[in-house]
Amino acid sequence: MSENKTIRIIVTRQDRPDTAPYDEEFVIPYRPNMNIISALMEIRRNPVNAKGEKTTPVAWEMNCLEEVCGACSMVINGKPRQSCTALIDQLEQPIRLEPMRTFPVIRDLQVDRSRMFDSLKKVKAWIPIDGTYDLGPGPRMPERKRQWAYELSKCMTCGVCLEACPNVNSKSNFIGPAPLSQVRLFNAHPTGAMHKAERLEAIMGDGGLANCGNSQNCVQSCPKGIPLTTSIAALNRAATIQMFRNFFGSDEV
Amino acid sequence: MAQNREFFYRRLHSLLGVIPVGLFLTQHLVVNHFATRGAEAFNKAAAFMEQLPFRYFLEIFIIFLPLLFHAIYGLYIAFTAQNNVSRYGYFRNWMFMLQRLTGIITLIFVVWHVWETRVQAAFGAEVNYDMMANIVANPFMLAFYIVGIVSAVFHFANGLWSFFVSWGITVTPRSQQISTYVTMGIFVALSIVGIRAILAFV
Ligand code: HEM
Ligand code: SF4
Ligand code: FES
Repeated sequence: MSENKTIRIIVTRQDRPDTAPYDEEFVIPYRPNMNIISALMEIRRNPVNAKGEKTTPVAWEMNCLEEVCGACSMVINGKPRQSCTALIDQLEQPIRLEPMRTFPVIRDLQVDRSRMFDSLKKVKAWIPIDGTYDLGPGPRMPERKRQWAYELSKCMTCGVCLEACPNVNSKSNFIGPAPLSQVRLFNAHPTGAMHKAERLEAIMGDGGLANCGNSQNCVQSCPKGIPLTTSIAALNRAATIQMFRNFFGSDEV
Repeated sequence: MAQNREFFYRRLHSLLGVIPVGLFLTQHLVVNHFATRGAEAFNKAAAFMEQLPFRYFLEIFIIFLPLLFHAIYGLYIAFTAQNNVSRYGYFRNWMFMLQRLTGIITLIFVVWHVWETRVQAAFGAEVNYDMMANIVANPFMLAFYIVGIVSAVFHFANGLWSFFVSWGITVTPRSQQISTYVTMGIFVALSIVGIRAILAFV
């Protein structure tokens, strides 16, 4: 066993939301098959930095540990991704861990992604099925369509696409690619389509669809391989039609 | 500002970039290309443009106002972006950055160019072959003109690419890829027209 092999990790830390960030380096013992999470757990077990000083354990978030919840997202060696699927053996050292600064930092690597959930509410990313009586089964979805819609449904609201987007920043109110693509998903659903115009109106509002500047970083960065830029272009087409409907009039409400 | 105007402004910005500003740019370079056939051919073509009926109306509504809106709103868009090509060095991200950079270069160039030609014409100077030949006799000005022309043409060609996305014409990755080839073809072709034209004054 490689007993004296070690891993060097530099973490950008921040004690409180309103304090300045600083770097802290850690050297931890290597074990085979480690990922960033197990490395952070090692630091938590023995919170001593590279200078041998005792420090506080690094704060981060995690949940599923299998890249479906998105909670553990952080910037690893310059790229935003999930720390649970970032394997130490595949990373260049020293490994740099930073929080996704597009979001407010709570502490260390932990960020507040509330704005994404607020956006999902804003664009009505759900399908209303409740009535005062049993509405019965909805229309069926063609299998082929279900298959591509499934790809869009894989979004875990991780925030990587927002972090990668040059137009999502403190100077703009752009909601980012993820909630837009969800509009395409819910508008594609046969029952969801009954509220298509409402969702389109929502993303035709301020901070919506039109803020996309086509850098296409999102589609390159999404860990779930969601065709975000195809969604955005498809929504642009739907919004063009909606715009004409709104202005010239249409019976399709 | 009124709520929810952003979508409208963005679409207007996108449309004006192509119609009329992009079309005017193309037309302008093609007319200037007459200079390659000699001073007289250029002067004739320029005089024809100057003598178009409703000249002031056309200048104001086809050129100045659309360009002014596109440029001012474009500046606002450019400065709300936080470019990150060092972290995400993908092709489209570079094009995104260059679209903003060439927009700013084009603005500086166009302001200078309009001052030197159209505004001087309003003060009584005659816009003709000799005027341009005098300007580009200075090698710095020639370089400035070439940079300005190439910037404007790149901005227009790559802008066409994003125009097709913004209006939902090119949706699939494949159509966007082919659109890249076509618009970059337009960039090369119009650059040749523009550079040949300016070099004809040297
Ligand atoms: C020669 C004059 C110009 C032409 C022909 C032109 C043309 C275009 C076109 C066709 C687009 C694409 C619109 C879209 O994305 O849908 C565009 C975008 C853009 N233009 Fe211009 N433009 C010109 C001047 C300027 C100037 C002076 C600026 C000011 C800085 C500017 C800033 C921008 C910006 C920032 C975009 C990107 C918009 C986005 O991606 O959301 N443009 N332009
Ligand atoms: S679209 Fe992809 S990158 Fe964006 S939040 Fe969803 S899973 Fe993450
Ligand atoms: S812990 Fe859920 S994605 Fe990593």
